[in-house]
Amino acid sequence: MNMQYLSIEQAHDALVAKEFSAVELMQYYLERINQIDPKVRACLSVCGDEAIAAAKSVDKKIASGEEIGLLEGIPYTAKDMFLTKGIRTTAASKILENFIPPYSATVIEKLDAAGAILIAKVNHDEYGHGASTENSGYHPTHNPWDLERVPGGSSGGSAAAVAADMGIFSLGTDTGGSSRQPAAFCGVTGYKPTYGLMSRYGVVAMASSFDTVGVLARSAQDVAAVVAVISGRDSKDATTIESSFSPELRKDWQGKKVAVVKEYIEQLDEGSKSAFDQAAEEMKAFGVEVKEVSIPTIANALPAYYILVPSEISSNLSRYDGIRYGHSSESAHDLQEVYDSSRSQGFGLEVKRRILTGTYTLSAGYYNSYYKKAMQIRTQLRKDFQKAMDGVVALIGPTAPTPAFKFGVNEDPVQMYLADIMTVAANLVGVPAVSVPMGMVENLPVGLQIMAPQGKDAEVLGLAAACQQATQWHDIKQRSLAV
Amino acid sequence: MAKDRFSINEVDDLAKLARVGLNDDDRTALAQSLGSILDFVDQLEKVDTEGVVATSQVTGLKDVLREDEVVRCELTRDELLANAPAVQDGYVKVRRVLQ
Repeated sequence: MNMQYLSIEQAHDALVAKEFSAVELMQYYLERINQIDPKVRACLSVCGDEAIAAAKSVDKKIASGEEIGLLEGIPYTAKDMFLTKGIRTTAASKILENFIPPYSATVIEKLDAAGAILIAKVNHDEYGHGASTENSGYHPTHNPWDLERVPGGSSGGSAAAVAADMGIFSLGTDTGGSSRQPAAFCGVTGYKPTYGLMSRYGVVAMASSFDTVGVLARSAQDVAAVVAVISGRDSKDATTIESSFSPELRKDWQGKKVAVVKEYIEQLDEGSKSAFDQAAEEMKAFGVEVKEVSIPTIANALPAYYILVPSEISSNLSRYDGIRYGHSSESAHDLQEVYDSSRSQGFGLEVKRRILTGTYTLSAGYYNSYYKKAMQIRTQLRKDFQKAMDGVVALIGPTAPTPAFKFGVNEDPVQMYLADIMTVAANLVGVPAVSVPMGMVENLPVGLQIMAPQGKDAEVLGLAAACQQATQWHDIKQRSLAV
Repeated sequence: MAKDRFSINEVDDLAKLARVGLNDDDRTALAQSLGSILDFVDQLEKVDTEGVVATSQVTGLKDVLREDEVVRCELTRDELLANAPAVQDGYVKVRRVLQ
């Protein structure tokens, strides 16, 4: 049977029907990585031996007539920000080049318990700092649709792996759009949960009040299957909330209302605008009423984000001090030099930039005008979003102002920060959001972003799934990649 | 203007606070970009936030506690120290702290 671009359900059904074995399925993906990854460069560590061993266990179960769960034997990749016991985890930074975690993240353990099989740790912007994966401490990842373009970021490796069929789904993180924007650039589905829905225990921290575990897959239905397994309160993460998430997504959207965020449309290039207009028409075709809403304060989201997030980064990254783990400068003479040199040698420039920005905004004399101010703006945004969502099930807009750009075009850091302009609001406010493919602009994918009120994760994925019933933009088998 | 906003000295002060060593190329690049970033976020100055309560977290959770009982750690000391650059007698070895 053809193993190309399987969904979770298709792979599961085929395993149960013994159309192929779990080992054969795993071998297909490992071979795929062998062939394609030298060009795409999504993978940082491939765990082939462990994956085959796990696949053999699944085959044993099937052979003995035992029932297997939906995710059993399903190969997936994980952004290198997820601690995986015994498997090198680098956060795409040189400072963790040889770090082997002694434990796994809770979400990894949950997937493990459900029988899903980790096949590789994938590339991203160092510590999540970026929107293109160009800031990886190792090498960039290439967009499978056009190898001279970025896959987006920070979870570029995750998006590229899913688009190029190097795994069925991928775990990413989303702090300001890092799972949604690369999904848009790579023509896949990228989801950010309600903050607190997934445990962050064992996930390398970037900005603790913004960080979420993201899921990337080739359909909203597949994303939902993964969310059902990994969501829920964890005693090891005090910021987690109870989950009542069910992957039985609503199918009927007749008469439901969504609102287009006016300010997001004004920022679009022509091709993306045309694709977005078409996507809105498709929604109307399956019964949704599309209105428009204005959120004038949304212009404050990006500057507030770039005060709050670097501040939290500067605090979170202070643990990389060359003492208990990570790169340590051997030639350092005293303790101060251990700190200074280890961090200087281990961190890339963008990481240093964000640490210093955060150090400034939190310092005495500036805390009130920057950090406190931004926290107040965050409160205002939450209120304005609540108002905008009154009477509608979701807000919609494009995921990014443009399709994937070429390497090296956003050299000015502020220019790069603008790539996040449509995605950061969801992280400031804490709401769930998803990007689904909505069309092609000059042979490059573009994404539609759907945001729902806090806690309405099933709604956001349900609406995304309905879009994917009505259109076929997410079906990569119908298109041609550059690999 | 972005170019004049951050002096190399100020960058050095911040780098000292953050314990991050910088080379000359880093210093110049960062002085410029920190200036641009602050110019960008300064637009928030004119937003009226009088009396607005600051949001530090979005879950609304408060005082998430557990029973005050010892929970066995599943990991051994050796496993936890395996990534340390220098270990002696089960302790992490560091440079002299007190002179």
